[in-house]
Amino acid sequence: MKGAPMKAAPMSRVFPIALNTFREAVRDRVLYNLVAFAVLMSGAAILVGQISVGIEKLVVINLGLTAVSLFGVVISIFIGIGLVSKEIDKRTLYTLLSRPVRRWEFVVGKFLGLVGTLVLNTFFMAIGVFGALLYVAHHFAKPDAWVLVALYFIILQFVIVTGLALLFSSFSSPLMSAVFAFSLFIVGAFAEDLRGFARMTKGITRWIATGAAYLVPNFSALNVITPVAHGQPVSGQLILYNTAYALIYATMAICGAVLIFERRNLK
Amino acid sequence: MLAIKILGLEKIYNVGFWRKKPKYALRPLHLNVGEGEIFGFLGPNGAGKTTTLKLLMGLVFPTAGTARILGMEIDDPRMKAQIGFLPEQPYFYDYLTARELLEYYAQLSGVAAKERSRKADEVLAKVGLPNVAGLQLRKFSKGMLQRVGIAQAILHDPKLLFFDEPMSGLDPLGRRDVRDLMEQLKHEGKTVFFSTHILPDAEALCDRVAVIHDGELKGVGAVADLTSGVRGKIEIIWSGRIIPPAFKGLGADCHVTGDTVRAIVSEECQDAVLDALRNAHLRLISLSPVRNSLEAYYVSKLQPGKAAAEVRP
Repeated sequence: MKGAPMKAAPMSRVFPIALNTFREAVRDRVLYNLVAFAVLMSGAAILVGQISVGIEKLVVINLGLTAVSLFGVVISIFIGIGLVSKEIDKRTLYTLLSRPVRRWEFVVGKFLGLVGTLVLNTFFMAIGVFGALLYVAHHFAKPDAWVLVALYFIILQFVIVTGLALLFSSFSSPLMSAVFAFSLFIVGAFAEDLRGFARMTKGITRWIATGAAYLVPNFSALNVITPVAHGQPVSGQLILYNTAYALIYATMAICGAVLIFERRNLK
Repeated sequence: MLAIKILGLEKIYNVGFWRKKPKYALRPLHLNVGEGEIFGFLGPNGAGKTTTLKLLMGLVFPTAGTARILGMEIDDPRMKAQIGFLPEQPYFYDYLTARELLEYYAQLSGVAAKERSRKADEVLAKVGLPNVAGLQLRKFSKGMLQRVGIAQAILHDPKLLFFDEPMSGLDPLGRRDVRDLMEQLKHEGKTVFFSTHILPDAEALCDRVAVIHDGELKGVGAVADLTSGVRGKIEIIWSGRIIPPAFKGLGADCHVTGDTVRAIVSEECQDAVLDALRNAHLRLISLSPVRNSLEAYYVSKLQPGKAAAEVRP
């Protein structure tokens, strides 16, 4: 074939797959959730302005960031679980993998496409949060900048959840993948408590509890909504640690998904 | 040089919940396809045609055996850059337009950015869809999707094409177009390996065919050889509805259809039947030797007993 396409870097195939995944999400009207979010934030801003005195910002930041997190997690799980299985079920994968596309390039491309969609979604939601904040406070204060860090941590959560959804979808049905991913998200939200519990136990229970506590994703460390809502700063060290943790965790999940998918028969 | 060399490719699925039993989807298959050939892979539904194609495309992994395509391993991406594949009943990203889909695939196949749009339009015209490039695929009929499937397979000018039931879902005109396209591909020096259970298509197009049934290769042969043999019988057609009495003694197999009679007799009786027609003042329409057909070969491989008893032109 006229040249040797495999001389091209893997990113020349990963990027189009990511772009197509993004395009699919947009055309399947995934970003319509922004309308619901906009309605929620507008309503909250107006309502909070009327019923709370002195804690408007606290309520708006708490509500806004929690909504950003939940909306994004729901999207990352429900789209993430279908990223691979939908392509197998609809057999769109056949014409893709019969091209010079390696299976890992497909998985990574799908992952990056969904993460890109979530980042864009979060960007628009962040505009909504800051808009509501401006509405209730009439001006921005310096500590409001920490909201950006909280949003960054929320994106890191999405990166992990998307990786896990992809991992589960590489070996189980969409329904079971959703159950696994949601369960892990909820357990991960209490990861610090689980670690505390592990420290209190003894013997074999301690081993099991400690293992489980470190195996589940530590979403509680990525949740700084409450301190940020109170205007407290986030340390640079935590930002660094959380970034490294999320990237390593997601990479491991993606590697697991790739390892399974590389061996899977597409019946 | 061989375009495809299959060496004992085998696929077994373990079926059952508790006590898994092996199910042969493909028994060890040995097959060679030369460059520039149109090769038909024939068999009924569930024979193992699609499994073979999926194994060659690396979509499922063999239990045993291997294959080389264009001299390379089946998982070699350099090889995949030189092949095109049309799956059975293809389905594509329906939120894309035909042009977007083809440009996407062209990008994945390594077609230069400046050529993608032109290539997409070119192949859409080639498959008879010149005016729908901007239409979303969810609005396409089954036949149109089949044509898009062919377009994406030939998009990057591959040396070797794999088509799984390429005529499926096409109307007679569409089938003729695809046949013409495959002949054109052959003239361009491409190798085409296609599966089908539509025998007239295979007979019209293929240089060689293989018959597969129950996951087992039953036979391989050149179409010219399979259909050139004369069976020692002749077919005679005359006008009217009368069958001369002399035909009974000649062991003729006669059928009256409308205002013509068709009879099949052994070659040795040729003079006798002509005399009988002349004596009865009947008008001869045609007399021709009965040749082997691909259908007869196919049936002989699938149902050996039945085929031996049948004599069909």
